[in-house]
Amino acid sequence: MQITLTLNDKLVTWDVDKDEFLADTLRSHGLLSVKKACETSCCGLCTVWLEGKSILSCTVLSVRVHGKKITTIEGVSREAEEFARVLTAEGSEQCGFCSPGFIMNVLAMKNELINPSEEEIIHYLTGNLCRCTGYMGQLRAVKTYLGVAQV
Amino acid sequence: MFSLNDLVQPEELETAYQILTDKRNNTILGGCAFLKMGSKRIGTAVDLSNLKLSYINETDGYIEIGSMTSLRELETHPLLKESFNGVLPKSVRNIIGVQFRNCVTVGASVYAKYGFSDLITALLVLDTEVELFKGGRMPLVDFLKRPKGKDILVKLWIKLDNCIATYLNLKNSASDYSVLNVAVSKLDERWTIVVGARPRRAAIATNASAALAKGTQSAAEIEDAAQKTAEELSFGTNMRGTAVYRKALCKVLVKRAIMEVLRCKSH
Amino acid sequence: MKSVGHSIPKIDGLMIATGKPVYTEDLAMSNALVVKILRSPHAFAKIISIDISRAEKLEGVECILTYKDVPKERFTLAGQSYPEPSPYDRLILDEIVRYVGDEVAIIAAVDEKTALLAMKKIKVAYEVWEPVLDFEQALAHASVVHPEDDLHCNFDIGLQKKQNIASSYKEEVGDLEEEFKRCSVVVEDVYYPQAQAHAMMETYRAFTYLDHTGRLVAVSSTQVPFHIRRQLARALLLPASKVRVVKPRIGGGFGGKQTGSGEVFAGIVTLKTGKPAIIIYDRKETFTCTTSRHAMRLKVRIGADQEGIIRAIDIQVLSDTGAYGEHAPTVLSCVGHYTLPLYNKTRAVRFTGNAVYTNKMPAGAFRGYGATQGTFALESTVNKLAAELGMDPTEVRLKNISKEGETFLTGQGVLLGSSSLDRCIEKGKELIGWKDKFPCRKMGNNKVRAVGMAITMQGSGIANIGTASVELRLNDDGYFTLLAGATDMGTGCDTILTQMAAEILDVPMENIVFNAGDTDTSPYDPGSYASSTTYVAGTAIVKAAEELKQKILEQGAKFLGVSTQDVEMGGLAVRTFRGEEISLAKLAELTVLGTGKLQLVSSATHGSEISPPPYVAGFAEVEVDQETGKVELIDYVAVVDCGTMINPNLARIQAEGGIAQGIGMALYEEVNYTELGKMATNSFMQYKIPCRKDVGKVRIAFEESFEPSGPFGAKSIGEVVANTPPPAIVHAVCNAVGVRINHLPVTPEKVFLEMQKL
Repeated sequence: MQITLTLNDKLVTWDVDKDEFLADTLRSHGLLSVKKACETSCCGLCTVWLEGKSILSCTVLSVRVHGKKITTIEGVSREAEEFARVLTAEGSEQCGFCSPGFIMNVLAMKNELINPSEEEIIHYLTGNLCRCTGYMGQLRAVKTYLGVAQV
Repeated sequence: MFSLNDLVQPEELETAYQILTDKRNNTILGGCAFLKMGSKRIGTAVDLSNLKLSYINETDGYIEIGSMTSLRELETHPLLKESFNGVLPKSVRNIIGVQFRNCVTVGASVYAKYGFSDLITALLVLDTEVELFKGGRMPLVDFLKRPKGKDILVKLWIKLDNCIATYLNLKNSASDYSVLNVAVSKLDERWTIVVGARPRRAAIATNASAALAKGTQSAAEIEDAAQKTAEELSFGTNMRGTAVYRKALCKVLVKRAIMEVLRCKSH
Repeated sequence: MKSVGHSIPKIDGLMIATGKPVYTEDLAMSNALVVKILRSPHAFAKIISIDISRAEKLEGVECILTYKDVPKERFTLAGQSYPEPSPYDRLILDEIVRYVGDEVAIIAAVDEKTALLAMKKIKVAYEVWEPVLDFEQALAHASVVHPEDDLHCNFDIGLQKKQNIASSYKEEVGDLEEEFKRCSVVVEDVYYPQAQAHAMMETYRAFTYLDHTGRLVAVSSTQVPFHIRRQLARALLLPASKVRVVKPRIGGGFGGKQTGSGEVFAGIVTLKTGKPAIIIYDRKETFTCTTSRHAMRLKVRIGADQEGIIRAIDIQVLSDTGAYGEHAPTVLSCVGHYTLPLYNKTRAVRFTGNAVYTNKMPAGAFRGYGATQGTFALESTVNKLAAELGMDPTEVRLKNISKEGETFLTGQGVLLGSSSLDRCIEKGKELIGWKDKFPCRKMGNNKVRAVGMAITMQGSGIANIGTASVELRLNDDGYFTLLAGATDMGTGCDTILTQMAAEILDVPMENIVFNAGDTDTSPYDPGSYASSTTYVAGTAIVKAAEELKQKILEQGAKFLGVSTQDVEMGGLAVRTFRGEEISLAKLAELTVLGTGKLQLVSSATHGSEISPPPYVAGFAEVEVDQETGKVELIDYVAVVDCGTMINPNLARIQAEGGIAQGIGMALYEEVNYTELGKMATNSFMQYKIPCRKDVGKVRIAFEESFEPSGPFGAKSIGEVVANTPPPAIVHAVCNAVGVRINHLPVTPEKVFLEMQKL
């Protein structure tokens, strides 16, 4: 089946299988920032934006994004790098495997929430699992990036 | 991994229903999270995405929720935050994560009648009806009792009344399934106590609810209602907990939920 | 110092954080055959017949291999220095399958769909045997997990196959029973730390191909490239010189990738077909077909005098090593090695144990490596002792811990070169608010808050066995290449090793190119385990950098026409004290031309005879709901002695990450099996690693000591940070509601049911 979508502000037309999920489609078209790390929609590593909202690309069928807008970290590289610099200044990217999905969700949060409290930040980012860092360094980085006071 | 022969995205409900009922292994696609984990052999998958079923409206004294509304929309919609003490957002806000809730739908959550569902527990203490394409409109509690059959869940209707409701659960870890979940509501003189994830799906403790309504909701009566609930409903054992623990937990959570409703009432 | 001691961002940080394609799967050639594994549905069985004829006929299937098609040389998948202590009990494919998930057939096809379709067409008939599922029944069980005649041990590890014993260990000093008789107080208890899954975000994967000279190249997400090379050579009957292993960026390991996984399957497909092959374990396979932490039963007995001085310790261990014996003997011995030295007023200690085979997924290396289980058991018993004596548990520790300059009963006279453990305990007490919070406070509303604590140690490298080699080269442009065998699995060792070299050479980090993880070009290094990289590879770096610096000074002096004593290095130049100088760039340029004819290089190998322990004092504050048993972690404080911190940010993140894994082990994680031996916890949906709400607040502090034998005074940090949460949290729960949960994890139900018994 053919789908046409706006990927990172560019119109593309792809052939996809009807039971193909977006994460696989994106990776097969070179968007290698999208990671797969579980098969149960639990980990958040495959997070991309559908119409600007964070979704799990492993759980959305590619046929469902026909006519829609998809954004991966490759499409928001300036903002992503800006936050990534803060993240790496904390040393809290560690193995980096969860970082792209985490950064996409952080940027989505920045677009959606105004002056979030620590509790709201933690709640928004809960769906992004990390096994390396214990999450504290990520929180420090997010607070620095949003200009929220560190406690 | 599931497999499918064909996928259609109809723009009319009638068409969707026709295709769904055309062959035994034709299926509706919901959020796909659970479908993905199984190995169902689907003939034609019917995607409801183009039926404009994603909405939350206030209509004639009801809240109308389209079946393709995401759990995240349910969580953040101002109307739902303000109604019934925000019980619906409360019931879904801790499910996995924001991205996950953007992907799963109200319709799929209700239609599948999952035992672990937190949303069904909360919906059951409200005046909730489901509207099926073929089967029409019916109370949620009746829908849950219906045997399995093919239909399309189009929307939910929730009566916008002065119901005060609370939702509580206990989980072994923050993004896990509930070991047990509880919702309690009060509308005028009527109390409704619901317990879910028993691990079986939510059920109304009708006797306990009625007994609670009869009295003055004193501390002793609350304890009694909680005890009655634990005796009236059945509990089972799975990886998350034993029947013994669930039964004990039921008493505690029901008591706390009733007290929370009373606290809300007094404000 | 300009580099060491600074929180420099990781050299690969920006690239990996923004999703650049630098991990194993990203680098594989697109036409690589996809390798899938048909796995046993039975916990213990013999393959009676296996029919691949229908599967082979499928278009796009390149090869299917069964036990009949593979070499008969047994090997171990354990990533350890040769001769490996782990038994050689594996074949690539065996006629006998020993756990649900054990490999039965290797399928290689042009794509995943075809491979999976072919898998369904393979017909296997099994003779199902009675499995050994309960490790406490393994010794007496009628079934023998490894009945084969060609089991091989490189040296005696106490393997007794008929009793299902993979390894046994005994160490005893002093007269234990006599000492116990003299003690005023004796406490004992039995503990069951559970099997834990690594759950690293990047699952196991590797791809293989034949290079332009026909050699087998394996690109693998591994912690141990050199050990994988040896394994592949042995298993595939190739000389090691015909195998090359490359390690790119890795998405976490935690010890899981210290054991080989799919490399040998992809490798044999490449050898048979001549084509590249890729194998990616999905999350289910990662949970069910690799390795986990060793589940154990530990019985600990401690005797002390009236003043609370611990005089006798007895630890008896039963360790569940699962279907294969990777890391069985070494994890077992580490239970005692990394616990007994904590307390050196003892007059008698005994440590005995058996690691038994069972028909479950094998256990292997996991951060802490026996110290985690041993710490849980020993520290919980010391806490019990403190309660029995009516003494503050922190005081009991301060009275008994080994101090700097001292030795311990099993220490063979080796003196502790550095320790700030006493300061760690004092600092931790202060930060958690121990004085006001110990033992507990009622919060009202059926909630009780309480605190608990534990201490732990680990090692820094493996004494007398682990070595690391590095090479440094001055390039013609004036920048350096640092070749190391060390394997960064996300921890940042690439960065800190560069920091150390930069410090000694007095150049900025950007002037050093760090190159590692390729067995063709990297000097030998065992890999990322045993907390060795900072301490062992770091010292090799220091040696090599000093040597190269000396050579640069000599060459620079020559070019400046003075003697070596008259020059110094700094500011990217060699200069005399009179101010004449030659820049490093110019010096380098001249050395590779006819004028110099001497490209400047240096190399060093380091191994240590000692393994100086890092320490952590961990403190937990919990709030227990007395009506439901739910335990909420309010605060966790860990104070760390890792010697000098080479990179404070990275050290802190290691500590926070390790504490989080320990919290997972204490409260949320459990590897579970059905009665038929099938793993029930085979996804993130069932196996709950902590999400950020579960970890809560973690505060890390450091009490720097200076380890004289370590580079810049450093020891290690990688593993020690994982060990304190289980005993500290169990202690806190006990202080809150009076119940001791010795079966991990602590769940609300366990707390509730134990409370009912009071």
